[in-house]
Amino acid sequence: MALDRWIAFVILCVALAYGYAAFFTMDGLLPPFMQRNPIWPSTFPKILSVLTVLTCLVILLGLEKSDDPDNIGDIDYRRLGQYNLTQALLLLGLMVAYALLLRPAGFLLSTFAFLSAGAFVLGERKFHILLPVAAAASFAVWYLVDQVLGIFLRPWPFFI
Amino acid sequence: MIEGLLIGLSAAFSLQNLLMVIAGCLIGTFIGMLPGLGPMSIIAIMIPVAITIGDPSAALILLAGVYYGAIFGGSTSSILLNAPGVAGTVATSFDGYPMARKGQAGKALTIAAIASFGGGTIGAILLMIFAPMLSTVALLFHSAEYFALMVVGLSAIAAFAGTGNVAKAILMTLLGLLMATVGEGALFNMPRFTMGLMDLQSGFSFITLAMAMFALPEAIFLVLNPARSVQGGDGGKIDNLRITREEGRKIAPVIGRQSLQGFFIGVLPGAGATIASFLGYAVERNIASKEEQEEFGKGSIKGLAAPESANNAACTGSFVPLLTLGIPGSGTTAILLGALIALNVTPGPRLMIDEPQIFWAVIISMYVGNLVLLVLNLPLIPYIAKVLSIPRNYLIPFILFFTLMGSYIGQNNATELLLLVGMGVCATILRFADYPLAPLLIGFILGRMLEDNFARSMQLYDGIGFILDRPMTLGLLVVAILLVVVPSYRARRARARQAGIADGD
Repeated sequence: MALDRWIAFVILCVALAYGYAAFFTMDGLLPPFMQRNPIWPSTFPKILSVLTVLTCLVILLGLEKSDDPDNIGDIDYRRLGQYNLTQALLLLGLMVAYALLLRPAGFLLSTFAFLSAGAFVLGERKFHILLPVAAAASFAVWYLVDQVLGIFLRPWPFFI
Repeated sequence: MIEGLLIGLSAAFSLQNLLMVIAGCLIGTFIGMLPGLGPMSIIAIMIPVAITIGDPSAALILLAGVYYGAIFGGSTSSILLNAPGVAGTVATSFDGYPMARKGQAGKALTIAAIASFGGGTIGAILLMIFAPMLSTVALLFHSAEYFALMVVGLSAIAAFAGTGNVAKAILMTLLGLLMATVGEGALFNMPRFTMGLMDLQSGFSFITLAMAMFALPEAIFLVLNPARSVQGGDGGKIDNLRITREEGRKIAPVIGRQSLQGFFIGVLPGAGATIASFLGYAVERNIASKEEQEEFGKGSIKGLAAPESANNAACTGSFVPLLTLGIPGSGTTAILLGALIALNVTPGPRLMIDEPQIFWAVIISMYVGNLVLLVLNLPLIPYIAKVLSIPRNYLIPFILFFTLMGSYIGQNNATELLLLVGMGVCATILRFADYPLAPLLIGFILGRMLEDNFARSMQLYDGIGFILDRPMTLGLLVVAILLVVVPSYRARRARARQAGIADGD
């Protein structure tokens, strides 16, 4: 089964769960005075879930054929291994690490680490350029956001 | 209209707003040149900055400046490197890149700048004439018609998304609508579909979603396939900026025609700059003389001027439904709509009456913005190209960092960043399978309004009867269904004919 159908299948499952919640569990919490309303909080989700399930089925059953089925976008996912998949995954990992470290390690340190590690993953080895650039950029962004725009960003780790 | 113009003039020519236009155009041009950051991502990045300005007209002027700048920046990289940073400038590269390779890069950039200026200015004049008219018509609209109109808009966006991909686009729109129902709505005061998670109580953040849908997948694609970020040698020899009188005479009618056509395509919800530029290119090629037709694709100045002016006029045109009806015609204006709502401005027919200074300041800033673009870009063209030679190793971490920053500044919540990465991965997978992502975002943004208007008309008419009671609503809904059904029906018939099965005509 092609990837687009798998995606439709996953969305179908999500829509079924969503529809189950809309049709069976949500209305139980509804206070009695709202039950006289012509529209309930679950009305619109009910419509949506039905439409989504139908559209998913159209794609899953292949009722609408694409003009050229071999139309490959910018990247052919069937040959994913031939691309720089490791680099991409490492960068995503770095982003997750950044999200987790931003609060405890402070903005300056985590941004500096993220920028330099990101460039390192992509193959940059000229540290005498990379490290100053990353440091200057982290400080410049922090200065702009915290001092100029007035949005608080904790600059240093939590223990300082 | 005159007094409105005066209000706009006084608002737009304040020092602050002039600086906003100039800053916006500059930022937009520079970031727009970077491959992978289209106007949508740039505006999404700029939103936190714009919101902190506080003054809605200044913020909107800044964002509009960024928008024009980004479109122009995108044409720069498509002409010099054949690497369009924006979908709307893909058609520009058809003739712009061949010209650059023939050593006419300077001339190509000049034509692009002048054509964009023409398109943008004519678009702004048309906007001034048509927006008030549209907004008087729009005042007759009821919540029932609004509901129907949004359904039309959503189905138009889905239907124009691509041939043979209608079902996918509809599915993405529906997914966006589903995501919009998560969290606490204004109408019911009860959290829905939060799965008990506090972080979802207020729903998904729209900036996070915008970053995850556009900037992040593009950056991941750049990493996966290094060939995508063509590194730009020396940016080509850029001299000989002049265009001759004869060439000027050739492109003037093209600019005129395509500005008109582009504007009206831009007004339609769902069409937007990309379609306008492709259609402009196609139309000009069809009406050109035989020997000129030969030149298209090999460096024709007409083929360069047509998409450039159409695409800028369409950008201006897409402000009409945004400002008068509150319905965004494209992904970019959808993001602008989100920004407006965050600034406590509700775009719609009342905008011109309640807050004329915002409306007119934006229109005036369009003229100023176009002028600024022209003045800035002509002398800067040789230097502008230098940005493209930022090494990829630096460029990509910075793009990723700016997406993270964009969604963190908006919410000040680190969980948001995890959501961003998660949704970004999902969006990348969706792009692998050729699912369009713009409908998802538009669905998400329109979802709340769609449901509110639906609920309001249900309450007014005590049931679903409003669909039959109001002919306008019914008519619009029929149009919506036709928009979805007709393209797929025609595609099916065309295929049947191709397969040699006669079907009666």
